[in-house]
Amino acid sequence: MKNLLLSAASLALVAGAALAEPQRGGRVDVVIQPEPPGLMVGLLQNAPVQMVAGNIYEGLLRYDADLAPQPGLAREWEVSEDGLVYTFRLAENARWHDGEPFTAEDVVFSVDVFLRETHPRLRASLVHVETIEAVDDHTVRFTLNNPFGPFLGLFEVGTMPMVPKHIYEGTDFANNPMNDTPIGTGPFRFNEWVQGSHIHLVRNDDYHVEGMPYLDEIFWRVIPDAAARAVAFETGQVDVLPGGSVENFDVPRLTAMDGVCVTGGGWEFFGPHSWMWINLREGPTTDVRFRRAIMHAMDREFARDVVWNGFGRVASGPVSSSTRFFSDDVTIYDYDPDKARALLAEMAYDGTPIRLVPLPYGETWQRWGEAVRQNLLDVGINVELVATDVAGWNQRTSEWDFDLAFTFLYQFGDPALGVARTYVSTNIAKGSPWNNVSGYVNEEVDRLFAEAAVAVGDEARQALYDEVQRIIVDDVPVAWLLELEFPTIYRCDLENLVTTAIGVNDGFRDAWLSR
Amino acid sequence: MTLALIALQRLVKAAVTLLLIATLNFLLIHAAPGDPAAVMAGEAGAADERFIADLRARFGLDQPFHLRLWTYVSNVATLDLGYSYRRGAPVLDLILDRLPATLLLTMTAFAVSLALGVLLGVIAAARVGRWTDSLVTTVALLFYATPLFWVALMAVLLFSVNLGWLPGFGYSTVGARYTGLAHALDVARHLVLPSVTLGLFFTAVYMRMTRASMLEVAGMDFVKTARAKGLSPGLIQRRHVLRNALLPVVTLAGLQAGQLIGGAVLTETVFAWPGIGRLMFESLAARDYSVLLGVFLVSAAMVILFNILTDIVYHLIDPRIGATR
Repeated sequence: MKNLLLSAASLALVAGAALAEPQRGGRVDVVIQPEPPGLMVGLLQNAPVQMVAGNIYEGLLRYDADLAPQPGLAREWEVSEDGLVYTFRLAENARWHDGEPFTAEDVVFSVDVFLRETHPRLRASLVHVETIEAVDDHTVRFTLNNPFGPFLGLFEVGTMPMVPKHIYEGTDFANNPMNDTPIGTGPFRFNEWVQGSHIHLVRNDDYHVEGMPYLDEIFWRVIPDAAARAVAFETGQVDVLPGGSVENFDVPRLTAMDGVCVTGGGWEFFGPHSWMWINLREGPTTDVRFRRAIMHAMDREFARDVVWNGFGRVASGPVSSSTRFFSDDVTIYDYDPDKARALLAEMAYDGTPIRLVPLPYGETWQRWGEAVRQNLLDVGINVELVATDVAGWNQRTSEWDFDLAFTFLYQFGDPALGVARTYVSTNIAKGSPWNNVSGYVNEEVDRLFAEAAVAVGDEARQALYDEVQRIIVDDVPVAWLLELEFPTIYRCDLENLVTTAIGVNDGFRDAWLSR
Repeated sequence: MTLALIALQRLVKAAVTLLLIATLNFLLIHAAPGDPAAVMAGEAGAADERFIADLRARFGLDQPFHLRLWTYVSNVATLDLGYSYRRGAPVLDLILDRLPATLLLTMTAFAVSLALGVLLGVIAAARVGRWTDSLVTTVALLFYATPLFWVALMAVLLFSVNLGWLPGFGYSTVGARYTGLAHALDVARHLVLPSVTLGLFFTAVYMRMTRASMLEVAGMDFVKTARAKGLSPGLIQRRHVLRNALLPVVTLAGLQAGQLIGGAVLTETVFAWPGIGRLMFESLAARDYSVLLGVFLVSAAMVILFNILTDIVYHLIDPRIGATR
């Protein structure tokens, strides 16, 4: 209980609304884009799925903006001295939306059976877990076979969602008919989904945190055109535009309206980090001087200010500043076209053209690709833009058919979860756009990442990560662009919307209307 | 040859054509880069080999290409359109689910543009060279030349954002829970902007077609004869001129009717109309082959169906067509 009170206080502080008493009732309309393919978050990890389902399902823990764990379905937890045993005490009054009690057996089933089968990102971390046991109805114990630094960061709803054992045990998970009517423990229950129009969630009156949630219902509105989404907000038909749902050039106009608030928060857990893959297998990009020239040629502050309307931060290296163990004690590549030209002259670059594949995610990314192309042309690098759609971009990156390719990835709070995968040589394989696509091989980097993941104590881990960041930044296996910021735009009378590190994804538990 | 026989003959041809179209669609779609499993994995933001292999197996993509083609075509021959693993539902259900919204939109646009276009065309032809004629043709030319999406956005800005008269998007007021007449009125209000936008282009086309065709027919000998035998000008216009002038309009209407299903992608997207055009567009982005093929096939069936209907309408309007065969 002490934990709970503490977290409530810190949440209120984050939102800066400590004085007002939350009030019950009301409806909120939120844009969801694109329409999710389903809502069973244990099976689907797409961003729109997580955004809606994070309010239906829950994880054992939630995280504040500093990534410190907060109570979720687990009320208390403790970690043994040696970092091998994690014990969680669960909420005793938590129930599934169909009325069945939520117990430790559900946790064991969810992690050990269901997610091990379906969740590629969690599966990679579960190799460190020896056993998962239900000690009693409301106590669960995870025993690790070696210390694993990021372990306490794995309990977020999108990473380790709790799924009901009584519905899924012994079934074909992907084809269970109940996937259409998701049953979670979360603050909102699924009510209706009108394909192409909206998803309707209603208040879970039986929620395990007394008094919560405050809102009566949430309508997630599917509006396929970006301009129409902006209009929907302008005309008052929707109250929340989650990050990335309107084009950046519309943001200043919308936030200038009366009673409209904007926040860049709620993405700390994801730490969306953008860069260009550099194909290290052939052509001029194999020369490190060429790659450094690219870094010096790009005016990333211009891109931030013009293409992203001032949102975001120039990335100094592989780790986002909101991710744990970030270090800025690395070589800084400032915008310096002359230095870039000198590097190109030194390596005697012969003007071989290179292919740049922008990310086909709308206007902003298209413009960004053009801006970078212009920067590179200015220092004498011949660049051809390659036009693709999303499937085509997937194909090109995962089959290594590019020289430079835009991308952005989530970091999930810890370098062992979201950074190492891009740079370790064991992660080079065709067929996925999310592994070491560049083809970067450095044994020292492999060793440091491996040691840092299992080192005991944050200090030891920090030292190893400092070192690996220095090496990677000097090698430039990818060309870092920006730490992205996706502003959430909402009506100011919707209080406490963004209070956690995943923002809107689990934010409606605490949100309330002061109108 | 009787009408029934012609129709039967055409239907048999149509079935063969459809199977050929299905095969061709299948080949074309698989020529596009990427596959649905890779797209799903891509959206998940993380994937290992096993995840993608599992998806491929679930989607049936691990089977050899010729086997998949054979399965697909033989399924289509038995009217089985397949299953969308991405959306977890049979393709036929997905299409039928979206069909009413699309038909409501496109039929309304079709009816409005046909009626309005022919009416304006008749007026313009009757007043040829006068200011009414100039006004109608100029406005029609303007709508003919303006891109659809731009008209759509401007209409939303004017009528929805600035004036607040009509809803800017959607099929009905979400969460209002209207029933009966109130619901019908609500949908009708939402229908105005998208159907007018979609109909404007064809209104202009029908108007120009009717006008030109009326003027051409009006100069023919049999019209002179009719006038000479003392028929009233109104009767001549209706029975002799308009009826003959309508043939090219019917041809065009048949073409537009063929697009009733797949022709509203842009309008449906801008106005968030939950129809088939959007289903098709989203499925294309996701490489959801089975849904995409299903929509293509249904659209092709519509085109063929309306071609047959157009031929039948020719017979009804102009009995000479049947006689010359």
